[in-house]
Amino acid sequence: MTNSWTDIKNTDLVIVMGGNAAEAHPCGFKWVTEAKHHRGAKLIVVDPRFTRTASVADMYAPIRPGTDIAFLMGMIRWMIENDKVDWDYVKNFTNASFLVREDFGWQDGLFTGYDEGKRDYDKASWDYQFGEDGYALTDPTLQDPRCVWNMLKAHVDVYTPEFVENITGTPRDKFLKIAEMIGETSAADKTMTSMYALGWTQHSKGSQNIRGMAMLQLILGNIGVRGGGMNALRGHSNIQGLTDIGLMSNLLPGYLNMPTEKEPDWTTYMESRQFRPLMEGQTSYWQNYSKFMVSFMKSMWGDAATPETDWAYHYLPKLDVPAYDMLRMFELMHQGHVNIYFCQGFNPLLALSNRGKNTEALAKLKLLVVMDPLETETSRFWENHGIYNDVDPAAIQTEVIQLPSTCFAEDEGSLVNSGRWLQWHWPGATAPGQAQTDVWIMAQIFLRLRELYRTEGGVVPEPILNLTWDYADPNEPTAGELAREMNGRALTTLTDPNDPSKVLVEAGQQVLNFSQLKDDGSTMCGNWIYSGSWNENGNNMARRDNSDPDNTGTYQNWAWSWPMNRRILYNRASADLDGNPRDPSRPLIWWNGERWEGYDVPDIAVTAPPGQVMPFIMNPEGVSRLFSRGMMRDGPFPTHMEPFESPMQNVFNDRMRGNPVARVFESDVEQFATSEEFPFVGTSYRLTEHFHYWTKHNRVNAVMQPEFFVEISEELAAERGIARGGMVRVWSKRGSVQAKAVVTKRIKPLICGGKPVHVVGIPLHWGFTGAARKGFGPNTLTPFVGDANIETPEFKAFLVNIEPLAGEPIA
Amino acid sequence: MSTETASQPVTAVANPPTVPLAAGFDARDLVRISATTQQPTPERQLTPVAKLIDVSKCIGCKACQTACVEWNDTIPEIEENVGVYENPHDLTPDMFTLMRFTEYENEETNNLEWLIRKDGCMHCEDPGCLKACPAPGAIVQYSNGIVDFIHENCIGCGYCISGCPFDIPRLSQRDHTVYKCTLCSDRVAVGQGPACAKACPTQAIVFGTKDDMKAHAEERIADLKSRGYDNAGLYDPAGVGGTHVMYVLHHADKPSLYEGLPDDPVIAGTVEAWKGPTKTIGLAAIALAAVGSIVHNVMTRPNAVSVNDERQAGDIVDAAAPPDSTPPRRDQA
Repeated sequence: MTNSWTDIKNTDLVIVMGGNAAEAHPCGFKWVTEAKHHRGAKLIVVDPRFTRTASVADMYAPIRPGTDIAFLMGMIRWMIENDKVDWDYVKNFTNASFLVREDFGWQDGLFTGYDEGKRDYDKASWDYQFGEDGYALTDPTLQDPRCVWNMLKAHVDVYTPEFVENITGTPRDKFLKIAEMIGETSAADKTMTSMYALGWTQHSKGSQNIRGMAMLQLILGNIGVRGGGMNALRGHSNIQGLTDIGLMSNLLPGYLNMPTEKEPDWTTYMESRQFRPLMEGQTSYWQNYSKFMVSFMKSMWGDAATPETDWAYHYLPKLDVPAYDMLRMFELMHQGHVNIYFCQGFNPLLALSNRGKNTEALAKLKLLVVMDPLETETSRFWENHGIYNDVDPAAIQTEVIQLPSTCFAEDEGSLVNSGRWLQWHWPGATAPGQAQTDVWIMAQIFLRLRELYRTEGGVVPEPILNLTWDYADPNEPTAGELAREMNGRALTTLTDPNDPSKVLVEAGQQVLNFSQLKDDGSTMCGNWIYSGSWNENGNNMARRDNSDPDNTGTYQNWAWSWPMNRRILYNRASADLDGNPRDPSRPLIWWNGERWEGYDVPDIAVTAPPGQVMPFIMNPEGVSRLFSRGMMRDGPFPTHMEPFESPMQNVFNDRMRGNPVARVFESDVEQFATSEEFPFVGTSYRLTEHFHYWTKHNRVNAVMQPEFFVEISEELAAERGIARGGMVRVWSKRGSVQAKAVVTKRIKPLICGGKPVHVVGIPLHWGFTGAARKGFGPNTLTPFVGDANIETPEFKAFLVNIEPLAGEPIA
Repeated sequence: MSTETASQPVTAVANPPTVPLAAGFDARDLVRISATTQQPTPERQLTPVAKLIDVSKCIGCKACQTACVEWNDTIPEIEENVGVYENPHDLTPDMFTLMRFTEYENEETNNLEWLIRKDGCMHCEDPGCLKACPAPGAIVQYSNGIVDFIHENCIGCGYCISGCPFDIPRLSQRDHTVYKCTLCSDRVAVGQGPACAKACPTQAIVFGTKDDMKAHAEERIADLKSRGYDNAGLYDPAGVGGTHVMYVLHHADKPSLYEGLPDDPVIAGTVEAWKGPTKTIGLAAIALAAVGSIVHNVMTRPNAVSVNDERQAGDIVDAAAPPDSTPPRRDQA
């Protein structure tokens, strides 16, 4: 989230699209209710299904799964055509005026530089024009046909309401009504908040869905302001923490990157991370990258990380591929290239696409280790459960070890919520049986591994032997010790650069925040964005002061928010070029003549004069990007692409299937279906009664939603002879499931390209362990392909067929 | 919209923090006792309380159902899906409240509406169940409006079920007594609100004095009218003397849209006829109670341990580890 849950109460308009906040985030949704009740805010829901969120909405519109980009580009077109643009914001705080290279273009659904053989773009032309001084060229009058604004206008021109209706199935009158409601928030004193979740990410072009809305929000001036923002509703407790701490194969903590094999040494690595400002006088905060990186290396390897050793850079693995994401790992496993798989807090047998392939892959492992508080389907993948897990245990030789771990309520630590708040928690119960904390388990494995390297040697033992491990009890580092390490401390006494006699931080003391980190080896910090969370003031994550002066919703003294306890990112953009609040009724920060002050921690150097230093300090431009240069693999603007399995051909290019640069493994191509064989669109989702595959273990949740079902329209039910509550078979080219049928008015056929498109809704909470009735997950049906940028699997749009099931299912 | 708002309900609202109601009521505050000739005359009058359910804020999450199960320690069956979202499929002796879902195509607006109503005891000011009950002291009403069942006095005749205009009480096959929502009388007695209201994430369920709840409802109704629901209103039906569980409805002119909420509930004529407030009939009630007991025994056979009882007992024992740490179940105490 750019903003916080509590800030949603400040909004005038909520759009829930690509998510189902009331259903999947009912507690956070209270802030929408609050905005509606006490501010008179309106709620728009755009979703293939009339959801529980839609049940309390002021406006609902259906949309065909996987066509959000067409809807959003249509919205941008409508805003431009009807002059619903926050011009001050667009001209000052976006790259609208930047000139784009002459050789950049878009044709037949593709941007310049496409190489079909490589399924990749040469992105060289996706860039600004630069002057001799190295700065980007601009036309502040927005007259130049090559400026981003005019390029954007041309790009969205095709997305007329008629065109949008034809692709998305959203009735034109509803589209136009929503456009009017959204357009009102282009005024400086009106804001809209976008709440989205996996309804946008789980597509082969998920990142572009989100960019589409981000661009719309920038055009409306709704980023960096109270009640605005792009608010990703994270789907797991602490999944925000997982990303922050870099638990992905291509990331290091704090969104630093893992080196690739093209960066064999420190100098090469740092050369591509200079982040030279692209406009004069801009902050380009990533210029501090080396401070964060060196401090991270010091936290990992202490005295072994020195300038002479390139800060132990050679200890870091170097990626030979963009990432070892879960799709790639299971592809490798399926090919027999993986011996051991550690599965910590993850249930891939139900969470990863194409379950049949996953089962085969797991069966090729020598060893599977599952760390989880619960029995998971993954840990029992070898066990026969009739139709629900039809395997032959005798044919599976994988050894499985289950390590029972504590659940969140049984251990201490911090959880990071969607709004980037780190909230400390304490155990509420003692863990049952032999369950141990994940930290204890990892420490035991590490200590034994290190001992093996000590006694037996091995290839490259140094990263293990030299890993810093100075905890009071090496067998179980405490949450407090780990948190303090993430905050970082001075290794030698830090003094004020302007007055060396003034001590800033004594050696051994916690740094105040990341502004004190150095790249000379005098500081260590495990995760720079968390720096400030546990400084010499103590554990700021444990703060529980819910005072909120003037009811701004910032709650500055409740827990701690990264970065720097800032509650709304880009909050400098809430003030105009003179530093005055753009909406006097909702001030956030302002320039007092000497410095920035206000209700939130300013997202700009506090003495940076307004009118010079622009608000988007992480971008070398200083402004936000309507045109994203080469930052994304599939285009600098979002363009409509069909899902890999779709009832319609791409209207721009009938040869194009799915996202033209999404990675597709050869063996999966033959498992993509066409609408001739599989005429209906499947989409997966959660229900309020359950949390993923966990709560089916809990009897009360099982009572509330006991059995796997699919949802279909009355029209599809009639067409296929399906009765409400009857059993149906749903199958795709990859697998088949059996479910109860919920026949509903809440799903209706959509008319796309002149033909009706039927949607089959498939919730995801059932498996073969737990208290609820045995069932299936949608991943039996879904294709093995992910987003072109981040590889999130395409769970939200795929093709299926459905028929009534003869006879009763095998219980 | 005006920024002038009614004060926040003070209890049972998870956020902002709760302020307890004045605590304390007990048997001295009874105003009605079933099948008793001499109705009590308490020395004090408690402030009437009410639970307000704002259907327009409800997201159908079933947190209220879950909280109800947890607080009352009931163990409802894990049923099947029968093609709808209601689970269990009806109120049961182990499920005192239930979200009911109605898909309504509004012909005036051409919009689909998904009307979600939390069903359960309405705690009538004039309770049909209490009037119909032939068992002395099995159903009581406190001066704050709460209608409660006293299980040790219940004879399991089921007359309260037919006396209820809302079809709420359910007869347990396990102990042959009747169960329904107590408005968390045990929580309210110590200054807390009902468990369902505490758990509700959107404050669709709030609890407080009846006057406060009505004021809160007015504000909500004004908001709904501003959104085009011209017939928004409060459901506090006069036919049963008003209720201590009230609804804010978008379509207060058509309560029955909400999965059978009675448009104009009244106590059945037969119940009124033989349960008038006269001594004679009161005495007749005692006689009837005796008959009821006989009927009860004939109809239900002596209490025997059924397979179901055995299994449920097993569940309880299984859940209780270590055994001495589990409080006795409410319905067994």
